[in-house]
Amino acid sequence: MGSRASTLLREEEIEEIKKETGFSHSQITRLYSRFTSLDKGENGTLGREDFQRIPELAINPLGDRIINAFFPEGEDQVNFRGFMRTLAHFRPIEDNEKNKDHTASEPLNSRSNKLLFAFRLYDLDRDDKISRDELLQVLRMMVGVNISDEQLGSIADRTIQEADQNGDNSISFNEFIKVLEKVDVEQKMSIRFLH
Amino acid sequence: MENSLKQRRGLQVWFSVMIGLIMIPAMFGLSLGVTSVYIQILVKILEWSTLRIQRGHRDRPTLPVPAPLPNGLIQREGGSMEHEMGELRRYRTQSISRGEFALSDSFYFYRKGLESIVDDQVTQRFSSEELVSWNLLTRTNHNFHYISLRLTVIWGLGVIIRYCVLFPLRITLAIIGLSWLVIGTSLVGFLPNRRVKNWLSELVHLMCYRICARGLSATIQYHNKNNKPQKGGICVANHTSPIDIVILANDGCYAMVGQSHSGLMGVIQRSMVRSCPHVWFERSEMRDRHAVTSRLRAHVAAKSNLPILIFPEGTCINNTSVMMFKKGSFEIGGTIYPVAIKYDPRFGDAFWNSAKYNMVSYLLRMMTSWAIVVNVWYLPPMTRQEGEDATKFANRVKSAIAHQGGLLDMAWDGSLKRDKVKEEFKEHQQKMYSSMVVGKKARTSQEPHTESTKR
Repeated sequence: MGSRASTLLREEEIEEIKKETGFSHSQITRLYSRFTSLDKGENGTLGREDFQRIPELAINPLGDRIINAFFPEGEDQVNFRGFMRTLAHFRPIEDNEKNKDHTASEPLNSRSNKLLFAFRLYDLDRDDKISRDELLQVLRMMVGVNISDEQLGSIADRTIQEADQNGDNSISFNEFIKVLEKVDVEQKMSIRFLH
Repeated sequence: MENSLKQRRGLQVWFSVMIGLIMIPAMFGLSLGVTSVYIQILVKILEWSTLRIQRGHRDRPTLPVPAPLPNGLIQREGGSMEHEMGELRRYRTQSISRGEFALSDSFYFYRKGLESIVDDQVTQRFSSEELVSWNLLTRTNHNFHYISLRLTVIWGLGVIIRYCVLFPLRITLAIIGLSWLVIGTSLVGFLPNRRVKNWLSELVHLMCYRICARGLSATIQYHNKNNKPQKGGICVANHTSPIDIVILANDGCYAMVGQSHSGLMGVIQRSMVRSCPHVWFERSEMRDRHAVTSRLRAHVAAKSNLPILIFPEGTCINNTSVMMFKKGSFEIGGTIYPVAIKYDPRFGDAFWNSAKYNMVSYLLRMMTSWAIVVNVWYLPPMTRQEGEDATKFANRVKSAIAHQGGLLDMAWDGSLKRDKVKEEFKEHQQKMYSSMVVGKKARTSQEPHTESTKR
């Protein structure tokens, strides 16, 4: 029940999460409610099937990739800290944070961290390069059966051609950033959380 | 020894007087007005407690208790896929020759996905509605913080009254009501005469449901009684709990439709059928949709039969929205009488979360709530129009019910409570996106892809 859940989140934990992710106190408490409502097994962690139970996510063509982003290398369960850490990438960049002290570690929701998040969703094997195969995989997930192999292949080739600058036939993170430098990442990769 | 005997007898007398005072008027549809006074007192207390809690929060602003947000945790960007993709691709200044694909296209799906993880429209419908303010029941207490002594005292009094006074009363009434249902209908079943039998059967059913309603302290307000379902029609309503049947049957007689159970439910079902025709299906029959439809059609065709009561959602929803209506009920033909049922959540949570509680614990929770306060609206009858298919008709009826009851009209299927969502919704999104990639040009190499999709 609800009352049990909120008492399990201690004040110190809330403070730590606040420092790490930048969410406010009430946002963290509400997201914890959401976390526990998804946690049908009631063991304090979420598995992949807990995410797949959300219909709107299950019909998202890239749903599986998004779910993967929550689970660190090789693990099957994610706890609340990990959940919040991933969600933090989608926090909007507030104005006061733009002028923040640059010697402090970069916040999770900075422009380049948002782009890194998106980059990692393409780059499945974590070799810091989006290969033609990896790009094709994501493309295939997005278009389903509606486009032929050939056409998809040429789309992938074209995309790599446009982005690739050092001629290794794959897209590195810097090349990725360069291609998308005019995209309003702050707005498009942010979710407006209500207080 | 003598004292305790006298006490026991005194208690028994008091008990039977109470039962008599409640039961007898209930059987004839009258009311002594006790329940309405009770409800009024409750409303006053709840309003006071709401103000007190709000004051408590104001005086101590450091209390980390966020109030539930009525519109969800996030503000959704409502653009369509086309609109959003267009915005994402705006930076592409160079000419797009063959494929219109941008690395940023995936951002649309990422954001949509994350939004649904944080807050989605569907999964919340399968758990109880969160109240705006605490209604002094332990079960709705999510963020209990001690506010004031008076509040705690009232809560404590409430517990005593609900569990020690109201609960035994209600259980007794429920048992009486159900036993009377079984006995009465079986007795009526022996009568041969048609008219007298029907009249008596209706009387017995009404009396029993009224006693059961008293057993829940149910206050029901019926609106637009002129639209009440007629014989030979089909009554269709939104489904929140098994108590819906008691609520509706308090004001009219219906032929119930459902699966035949064993045990106590089976006994009740079999005796009900003796006095007037209900439609009970064996489990095996339910799989055959044609058999089901033809039996219902036969029932409706006999114009003297009572109207059928059907809940097209197929499962209990938490009374904040109306989910997809299964089209089977709308293929039978005949006139549909839509009914909207809305419970007042302050007095008790009527939603049956069958994953969390079984029937018995659900009924116990019902009997230890404050009361059941419900509004029932009879909507004007609807029939299928020329050229309208069953699905469209079902949606039309659903919208009417949702609109009247102040509920959200949703297209999602209630069976998502247990089942997975159909693949075709994802395929639909993929198709939409593909048309944006292919664009108006390049119709040349367009063979359909036959390999299985890679992940």
